[in-house]
Amino acid sequence: MNANTDFRICPESGLKIHRPAEALIKANAVLAVVFLLVGGVLGLLVGLTRWPEVHLLPADAFYKVLTGHGINVLIFWIIFFEVAVLHFASAVLLNSRMATPKLGWASTGLMLVGALLNNYAVLVKGNSSVMMTSYVPLPADTLFYVGLILFAVGALIHCFIFLGTLVIARGERTYEGSLPLVSFGALVACIIAIFTIASGAVILIPTLAWNLGLISHVDPGVYRLIWWAFGHSSQQINVATHVSIWYLTAALLFGAKPLSEKVSRFAFFLYIAVLQIASAHHLLVDPGLSAEWKIFNTSYAMYLAVMASMVHGLTVPGSIEAAQRAHGLNSGFFEWLRKAPWGNPVFSAMFLSLVGFGVLGGITGVVMGTEQINLVIHNTMYVPGHFHGTVVVGTTLAFMGITYWLVPVLFRRDLILKGVARWQPYVFAAGMSGVALFLMGAGTLGVPRRHWDILFSSAGAGNGYEFSAAALTLMSLNGLSAVLAALGGAMYIGVVVGSILFGRKLAENEKVGTLMVRAAPPAEKYHNIGMGTITIPGTMVLVGVFFVAFALYYFINWKFLAETWGLS
Amino acid sequence: MQDDDKDQPFMQKVLDNHFLLLFIGLAVPTLTYIVWGVMELVSLPIANP
Repeated sequence: MNANTDFRICPESGLKIHRPAEALIKANAVLAVVFLLVGGVLGLLVGLTRWPEVHLLPADAFYKVLTGHGINVLIFWIIFFEVAVLHFASAVLLNSRMATPKLGWASTGLMLVGALLNNYAVLVKGNSSVMMTSYVPLPADTLFYVGLILFAVGALIHCFIFLGTLVIARGERTYEGSLPLVSFGALVACIIAIFTIASGAVILIPTLAWNLGLISHVDPGVYRLIWWAFGHSSQQINVATHVSIWYLTAALLFGAKPLSEKVSRFAFFLYIAVLQIASAHHLLVDPGLSAEWKIFNTSYAMYLAVMASMVHGLTVPGSIEAAQRAHGLNSGFFEWLRKAPWGNPVFSAMFLSLVGFGVLGGITGVVMGTEQINLVIHNTMYVPGHFHGTVVVGTTLAFMGITYWLVPVLFRRDLILKGVARWQPYVFAAGMSGVALFLMGAGTLGVPRRHWDILFSSAGAGNGYEFSAAALTLMSLNGLSAVLAALGGAMYIGVVVGSILFGRKLAENEKVGTLMVRAAPPAEKYHNIGMGTITIPGTMVLVGVFFVAFALYYFINWKFLAETWGLS
Repeated sequence: MQDDDKDQPFMQKVLDNHFLLLFIGLAVPTLTYIVWGVMELVSLPIANP
């Protein structure tokens, strides 16, 4: 049989799975987990060094480890996993054959070579401790840039393969009408990825030429501008991807359908149009860029993207609530939530991701994106606190959750250590939420983000800097939280790798034994749910709490700013 | 989008046109963020110490 027509039927979902696509998805997912392991170990070392009482690593090792941590988790783990999600959301969810699987393998190979070269430059040669941002004129090893460029080219080819698969699926009519919402979300992630990678190429190729001595210099201002179109937009790929995973999880575990597909699609459209420009908040104190440019690209236009995220934050739990009520859990405000499958890590990880991303990452992102109050926390520990809320509690936890569903479905292995898997999202979410909160607290008190020695204790007598006891306590709590998060990460890797290697093999048509896909409730069951005319009263209460917290936190930061100058 | 479906609302047609979405996703940030930003940076006067 021709490989392009080689399909199997998933016994859980009835999906027609293209075997070459499945193999490529599995390879990218495994590579993602390997780089998460590398980046996670390095992250623990960063956390232990920032713990004032421990201060584990010397300065040179710290910057090397921090560089490796940032690139391995923010780029390699995330993008390998996103490639897997792109092909899953196209070939698998659309019951289609994948476009050019062999080119897909070549692209994954290119990404792997790039990731290895970059790690070799950072961790083995040790001459590329330029941190993830690699701002010029800080010089890194040539292999550092070559590795990043090869990785980006591989990822870009995967994006075009994804688009090719959509064309095939439409041409062969493997789905009816519009693209399903989860696949549409993946398309949005792909579009943002193409902008992101193109921006990376635009700035990294001249930087490589400068590194090789072919051009005399790269303007630092232009570098920062374009690098952040790559560096921050890469995190917007994550947002579109993990929001798609939220919708997927709601559909799989509850048979939930979006409250309004039109509204959800329009929210995704806003991501396409205006999400990437949020990169500008990194440049809010850069000279040379006007207030008009800064305010348009952060406050005015970015708020449309913030609104889109809030739409998803309403419709995902809202669709779960509506489905749960239609399944009969219709009492009071929160029976649907209390009786949700909290022991199923696929759900708990997804819901913790949703809450963490919205509250820890979302609210604080708006504070950072407002030009005036950004000044209170710019380039402090608040920044890594914020993105550990978005990228780790939000994206990584969502990816972890869907892995527990994918291991039996794609790898055909039963999960081992189910008790560990049940607790893992809680341990990881608790640890990483602590990291996010305590770093943001320390940042609000002025602790800088990039310095190895925040007290300047190595600068000699009389040159040190005394932070308040509260700031130092927060940094210690961050260290403890990093240890807890590392434990949660180790639990995830132990369960997933252990299951793939040693889990019981499932026969091709064997079901897992636990409910993997729940049928949607019949349409008539949606009649008369909720309280009075409000269909989703519980979600509306949660949204109300969110808005109150949002408003209070926003104005507290204006108060912090007002206290900076003694005008009153 | 099914090609023979001409009665869809305009916005639905936009959302179903994947390559138009790709164009929008590339054009908007390229213009408002990169082109506008680079124009501001390159128009800065050179310092004369």
